[in-house]
Amino acid sequence: MNDVSTKASLASRIQVVRSTSGIEAWLVEDYTVPLIAMEIAMLGGSSQDPEAKPGTATFLASLLDEGAGPYDSSAFHDRLDDFAIELGFSASRDQISGQLRTLARHRDEAFDMFRLALNEARLDAEPIERVRAQLIASVRNEANDPDAMAARAWFATAFAGHPYARPTKGSLESLPTITRDDLTAYRSKVFARETLKIAVVGAIDAVTLANELERVFGALPAKASLTPVAIAKPQAVGTRKVIDLDIPQSSIRFGAEGLLQSDPDFVTASVVNHILGGGVFSSRLFREVREKRGLAYSVSAQLAPFDHGPLHMGGTSTKNERAAESLAIIEAEIASLAQDGPNDEELDIAKKYLIGSYPLRFDTSTKLAGQLTHMQVENLGRDYMDRRNGLIDAVTREEATRVAKRLYGEGQLFVTVVGRPVGM
Amino acid sequence: MTTEPQSHQGPDIAHVTLHNGLEIVVIPDHRTPVVTHMVWYRNGSADDPVGKSGIAHFLEHLMFKGTDKHPQGEFSDVVTALGGQENAFTSYDYTAYFQRVSREHLKTMMEFEVDRMTGLVLSDDVVDPERDVVIEERRMRTDTDPSAQLGESLASTLFTHHPYGKPIIGYMHEIEGLNREDALSYYRRFYTPENAILIVAGDITETEVVRLAEDTYGRIPPRGSKPERHRPREPEARAARRVVLADPKVEQPSLQLAWIVPSYMTAEKGEAEALEVLVQILSAHGTGQLHRKLVMEQKIAVAAGAWYQSTAVDRSRLMLYALPHPDGTLEALEAAMEQVVADLVAHGVDAKDLRRAKTRLIADTIYAQDSQSSLARMYGSALATGSTVRDVTEWPDAIEAVTAEAVQAAAKKWLNRRHVVTGYLLKDEAA
Repeated sequence: MNDVSTKASLASRIQVVRSTSGIEAWLVEDYTVPLIAMEIAMLGGSSQDPEAKPGTATFLASLLDEGAGPYDSSAFHDRLDDFAIELGFSASRDQISGQLRTLARHRDEAFDMFRLALNEARLDAEPIERVRAQLIASVRNEANDPDAMAARAWFATAFAGHPYARPTKGSLESLPTITRDDLTAYRSKVFARETLKIAVVGAIDAVTLANELERVFGALPAKASLTPVAIAKPQAVGTRKVIDLDIPQSSIRFGAEGLLQSDPDFVTASVVNHILGGGVFSSRLFREVREKRGLAYSVSAQLAPFDHGPLHMGGTSTKNERAAESLAIIEAEIASLAQDGPNDEELDIAKKYLIGSYPLRFDTSTKLAGQLTHMQVENLGRDYMDRRNGLIDAVTREEATRVAKRLYGEGQLFVTVVGRPVGM
Repeated sequence: MTTEPQSHQGPDIAHVTLHNGLEIVVIPDHRTPVVTHMVWYRNGSADDPVGKSGIAHFLEHLMFKGTDKHPQGEFSDVVTALGGQENAFTSYDYTAYFQRVSREHLKTMMEFEVDRMTGLVLSDDVVDPERDVVIEERRMRTDTDPSAQLGESLASTLFTHHPYGKPIIGYMHEIEGLNREDALSYYRRFYTPENAILIVAGDITETEVVRLAEDTYGRIPPRGSKPERHRPREPEARAARRVVLADPKVEQPSLQLAWIVPSYMTAEKGEAEALEVLVQILSAHGTGQLHRKLVMEQKIAVAAGAWYQSTAVDRSRLMLYALPHPDGTLEALEAAMEQVVADLVAHGVDAKDLRRAKTRLIADTIYAQDSQSSLARMYGSALATGSTVRDVTEWPDAIEAVTAEAVQAAAKKWLNRRHVVTGYLLKDEAA
């Protein structure tokens, strides 16, 4: 048995705060440092981009702090800087996220700026063209980056015909065509209280927060009108795609179907995949690919539980002459885990790591706010923070072996390689 | 956890030195029952012997290869089994190792760290594959990335003599020649108690840390003196220089202007602080002068910024950078960027910009208090480059004291176009 208890219940520190009209947030009140961190999430993300216009969500997220309400872009940024307020929005495949960090003494101004950005972003012509140029530059910047190329090719092929195939940040073709109407249409479709999740950490009490919640989020529409997104399984599994680039090293991306976060086997799968390629020096891929053979600096695997197409994936970069060897080792490790599951020792060390390191995931206000938002999005319940280590500890070798088989199947992968790999 | 602190000076930092010369800094943070345990050595890539570039970084990798007492993998296995996180990093002036664990495991971490400070064992069996790992690391970071290659050339052009011009990871042909004996002789020279700084941040008191440290680090015999860094001094720059890298893989060109400037250690009083404020005024997100003039007004760039490596032993570097607008050229952008600097030198800074820059820089020190690992790094890098604990705690006051005249004077003195180094990243259209 591992020590899975924490001295104080983490969940009991989470207060559920409700505004007068029922907007809910999770709050952890803490006055050690005079600051407040807030994170919000709304379902949608780039999977709600219009089909021909990938990048719309990212474009909109990048424009929310470029002028809102009475302030044009310059005035808005001046005001953020005058009060040292950090505010930003971003889009992932499944979500729009927003972050706020402020000194406690500038709380009023900070929440007000967040309210303006969320509800009253102006989307003026000047910042639209400026941000468009920035996004295009950023796409150009990654055009021949081997890791980015391998990832783009992976999603484009594995999810062909599905929104996940489209680049989250848009493309050189799509970005010039996105109009202000596209941006406002996206906003009215996605920004709504229905899917909104909020977490706040720091120097603020529940009563004050309840008032701020009403002020900031009260004007959002009640309902979203999201376009349904089908659940997709990655295609092309069992095949490899090599993309030529004149570089001395091959960048490899591999993956296959994974499990949804809500799957009853998800926790066990996360333990198994951690044994394969978690970010520790004891993972199988680290030991076999890096430590024993010196084939790569970086090699890892993770679960990517996307809402509409969960994956297990990983990657490495290895010299062209030995790329085939690296991939063969990775495939053999996955096949061996699928066949035999982990041994007792590696299961034990993985469980101990995952249990013991859990508090390190929320040791800053910003990280804690992120975790609390994630728990709400995934519907895990406040008590998850207290339950989670027990779930990990309960994973047996038999369970891990069964789930390894389920997760990796026959060990088949879809692989993209960018470089000049020899013998592939 | 119930009342707002009276001031925002941050936690009470303790600083003591053991009899063998090892310095200790304790940074209390009682919010979660974890500690960050770091050991910093006052040597980095700028202390690599001539012809052995990359040895500081290679040794950092090899420090995970075990001792007689704890063979390869044991330390990492223990950290992992305790639910800890660990890693290490090498910079120009220092090398640091850290673990983040539950507070009750601090002594175990200290015991292991002491063991590898004194008892590293290396065989060719572990050195050879690890050299290949570093070679792959260099390929990944530099040899597949034209922008990183330009950065390397820019640094070696800026620093013609001082080792800040050499890459931390080393040159490929020299990494390939590094061996076990190189690593061990470098290790014996620098990994000593007099050369180490222990930083412990987290849920622990000064008394506890000192007691544990005396019982572990305190048992290491002193060597008698600190190892010396032998670094050639960079001559005064006389010429402007230009570095151009054209590669068919570049789709987004970029421009950089670089100067050698003082660090906190070499600066006259207030000068480094003035440069920090200057860089903030130039590059603040959404309000910086470079953004305002080049991106917003002239629409000649799509993004622009600046950075300053202020924490360094010797004279350091300050860079401005920008991505050109698709309709513009790098030459026009370069002229416009130089004009932004020239205007600053001629007319000084606006009072509002000065106020804003100070507010942001001082607020950042409060934000840093939210992260014990950020605080640990802040104190570690300061002490490892020769600053004091007091320099760090009084930094907000020093920033507050920066005047508009000081910022203008710093710009005039250091951002001189007569010895600027300009970097162009271009697409090679011919290839």
